[in-house]
Amino acid sequence: MSSLQSNVLENHTPTGREEAWRFTPLKRLGGIHDGSATAVERNSLAINGSLPTGVTFSHQEIEAVTETDDVIVNRIRAFTSKGAVLSIAANAEIAEPIMLNRASFGTDSAEFSRVLIKAGNHSKSVVVIENSGDTHLAEDLEIVLEPGAHLTLIALQEWDSKTIHAARHHAIVDRDATFKSIVVTVGGDVVRLLPTVDFIAPGASCDLSGVYFATAGQFFEHRMFVDHKVPNAKSRVNYKGALAGDKAHTVWIGDVFIRAAAEGTDTYELNRNLLLSDGARADSVPNLEIETGEIVGAGHASTTGRFDDEQLFYLMSRGIAMDDARRLVVRGFFNEIVSEIGIDSIQERIMTRIDGELEKAGK
Amino acid sequence: MSTLEIRGLKVSVETEQGSIEILKGVDLTIKSGETHAIMGPNGSGKSTLAYSIAGHPKYTITEGTVTLDGADVLEMTVDERAKAGLFLAMQYPVEVPGVSVSNFLRTAATALRGEAPKLREWVGEVKSAMESLKMDASFAQRNVNEGFSGGEKKRHEIMQLELLKPKFAILDETDSGLDVDALRIVSEGVVRAKAANNHGILLITHYTRILRYIKPDFVHVFANGRIVEEGGPELADKLEANGYAEYVTA
Ligand SMILES: Nc1ncnc2c1ncn2[C@@H]1O[C@H](COP(=O)(O)OP(=O)(O)OP(=O)(O)O)[C@@H](O)[C@H]1O
Ligand SMILES: [Mg+2]
Repeated sequence: MSSLQSNVLENHTPTGREEAWRFTPLKRLGGIHDGSATAVERNSLAINGSLPTGVTFSHQEIEAVTETDDVIVNRIRAFTSKGAVLSIAANAEIAEPIMLNRASFGTDSAEFSRVLIKAGNHSKSVVVIENSGDTHLAEDLEIVLEPGAHLTLIALQEWDSKTIHAARHHAIVDRDATFKSIVVTVGGDVVRLLPTVDFIAPGASCDLSGVYFATAGQFFEHRMFVDHKVPNAKSRVNYKGALAGDKAHTVWIGDVFIRAAAEGTDTYELNRNLLLSDGARADSVPNLEIETGEIVGAGHASTTGRFDDEQLFYLMSRGIAMDDARRLVVRGFFNEIVSEIGIDSIQERIMTRIDGELEKAGK
Repeated sequence: MSTLEIRGLKVSVETEQGSIEILKGVDLTIKSGETHAIMGPNGSGKSTLAYSIAGHPKYTITEGTVTLDGADVLEMTVDERAKAGLFLAMQYPVEVPGVSVSNFLRTAATALRGEAPKLREWVGEVKSAMESLKMDASFAQRNVNEGFSGGEKKRHEIMQLELLKPKFAILDETDSGLDVDALRIVSEGVVRAKAANNHGILLITHYTRILRYIKPDFVHVFANGRIVEEGGPELADKLEANGYAEYVTA
């Protein structure tokens, strides 16, 4: 088990004093963490559109790939042995993104959901999960990348304002496989998402990117853990967030563990936050633990800043009004990551949502 | 015919040690079609004058007036000043990450013209402005000033001057950092823009070489926060030969 303090999930009902839980407003988790939620199985995850050749999707009995000390995940596994399984056949190259979406059923009960995504040997695919509406959701998502697989997983949290979403997206990345994750969190009341990566053979790599925008009262937590336990794996983390409005609160934790065996590791993680008003709070904690010196590189950076007056001045000196200048700067800030999605209609939808969040905050 | 009139302008910056007065009473009148060169030693307040006219928030106006055809410029927000017809080519143009040049230019043109320019004509306009400043078409897709060389940033400023057609252009050391070819290309851009729009020019420079392309009607010597001498083009040659020693009191 990792000795990284902040990643020890302790597998008991959290009290809030644990390092891994100290930022999370437990009272607002709807009982997902302590067993008091009315858990239901809904199979809300569905394929949107037709299944390309080489891809299967079904709700079925499911086996956990790895054990975890995440108490929410363990509650989900204790509750149900079924889940959604998406498989991409070995060597399949899926040209179009595979679109999944979740129907939401309101907030009277909590959906406990298990999902497994399997990317076969040397397959190549992009999977998009679109989350919207109001729901309570506890999600145990495992992603298995067989040797040489390339998988991009785009998880979009475009929730409405009442959603509670606690999820672990755990990728197990085999030899020469490449996992790319893009997380977008722009809605919900409380979202706690744990993108975690386990490298199980040399040559594996991951790229975890994300954007989030929290406005008044919203709590969004993104907590990564990349476990370099084999040699010659590469990881990149890049999360960007904006906050505006009273008691908007975001948390970004970047845990990277380079174990003694992980010679040749190359890792860099970055978190940047844009604080757009007083009363908002961005916690940003990069955490690098290194047990071997024989590495290619390991670094991290974290910045939290406000609007750059020089940028706004430059734009306004060309006739662009203040609100438009702010919108351009915020879009520009997020563009680096949003443009990675590669699907124009989704990119524009996210940017428009971001414009909306900014406008809401300006009032 | 337009007039930009600066009267008794005093400007301070706030520092940790308190406020420091940088402009100590500047008087200057520029009319359409006129070119005024301002030359003066480092730190004398030339950029402060340029920024103050454009409305940079860092500077506090403590006294004096700036009017454009009688309208109070100092009362206007930064974008309103641009809409009133002021343009500042900056000494150090600002990088705006994630915002493409093409998006930036179109947003600016839309704001200044009051409506979005027709797409086909606009594409042509931008293309020819870029070509005449010898900027590769790929710049349109790059982020504003990000990773531009010093010279490329200056070309980008003058390209905006050509596209945005102001009444008055303030050029703050547009010639600094340019090689001889770039200097000619950029200067020709200024001359072309002026021929098209007959705008007034306030040109801040340390060197006479740009004045061979952009002929000044007036040369002002700037020292210690004010204009200390005025003359015709011949004054520039004298300054280049003799320096500012006689204007700077120890
Ligand atoms: N925040 C500040 N704190 C202290 N001094 C300042 C501050 N901002 C500007 N100044 C001073 O104001 C003076 C005028 O600066 P300005 O940039 O206007 O000079 P300039 O004439 O454009 O010089 P250059 O030829 O080097 O471009 C300088 O002495 C500068 O150090
Ligand atoms: Mg200057």
